[in-house]
Amino acid sequence: MQFEYIIEGGNFSKAGTASSLFKKVLKQLNVDPKLIKRTVVALYEAEVNIVAHAYNGVIRIDIDTERIYINLTDNGPGIPDIELAMQKGYSTATPEVREMGFGAGMGLSNIKANADNLRIQSEVGKGTTVEIEFLLKED
Amino acid sequence: MKIEQIAELLNGKVVCGEEYLDRCVNSVFASDLMSDVLTLRSDDLLLMTGLGNVQTIRTAEMSDINTIIFVRNKKVNEEMLQLAAENDMVLIECPYSMFRASGILYQAGLEPIY
Repeated sequence: MQFEYIIEGGNFSKAGTASSLFKKVLKQLNVDPKLIKRTVVALYEAEVNIVAHAYNGVIRIDIDTERIYINLTDNGPGIPDIELAMQKGYSTATPEVREMGFGAGMGLSNIKANADNLRIQSEVGKGTTVEIEFLLKED
Repeated sequence: MKIEQIAELLNGKVVCGEEYLDRCVNSVFASDLMSDVLTLRSDDLLLMTGLGNVQTIRTAEMSDINTIIFVRNKKVNEEMLQLAAENDMVLIECPYSMFRASGILYQAGLEPIY
C-alpha cells in the first residue's frame, strides 16, 4: 500500500497533519501500538523538519507485510553537514520553530533512535531526502 | 490516580474531555519542550506544560498521551480544542506555576518518568 502527503513549508498550524493521517492508517491495519508510536514519532519529527526548514516537500510511504518505508523529500536549503546536524543539541531552527516547542537539536537523533534504518541525503541549495524504515517482523 | 482527582488537586478547569475524567494515570512528565516529550517511550503519562499551541496537542497525539495540564494559566484555543476532541483527550487549564503543580502531584503520589 502506498500513501502520499504534500507538506507546506512554514505552515506550523498544519504540521503533523500527515503523521496524524498515517497514524490512523496504522491503527486500522492493527499494527502493534509500540511500533505505531515509534513510526509516528519519527514521522512527525521529520514532518516538522520539512515545515521548519524547507519550502515544500512530499512524504511517500510504502507499507507491506515486511516493513514500513517512509521517504520524505523536500525542496529547501539542504543540510551542509549531516554529521553535525545529527548531533544532539545542534540546531539551526528559527525563533518561530522554538516557540512551537521544537528546535532543540533533538529531532534527527530521535528519528534515528526510533527507526530501524535511517538514511539522509542532502544537496545544499536544493533539498533533502530522508528515508526511514521500520521492520514489521522481528528476527 | 483518576484525572478527576488530579483536576481537583490543581484547582484546574476541565476544558475538553469531561466524559473521560474517570481515566487513571500513574506518572507525569512536565515540560515546555515538545522535543523532550517525543523522546519518551512510556505512554501511561500525563503531560504538564506551559506551551499552549496546536503542536502541544499534536505531540501528545503522536506520543499516545491523552491528558494535558496547561499550567501558568495558559489558555486552550479553538484549534487545540478541536484537535484534542478528535483524539479523545482531556485538557485541563491550571492557574498554578509548573513547580507548584508538579509539587502537588508528586506529593499526592504520582510518579516521575525518570
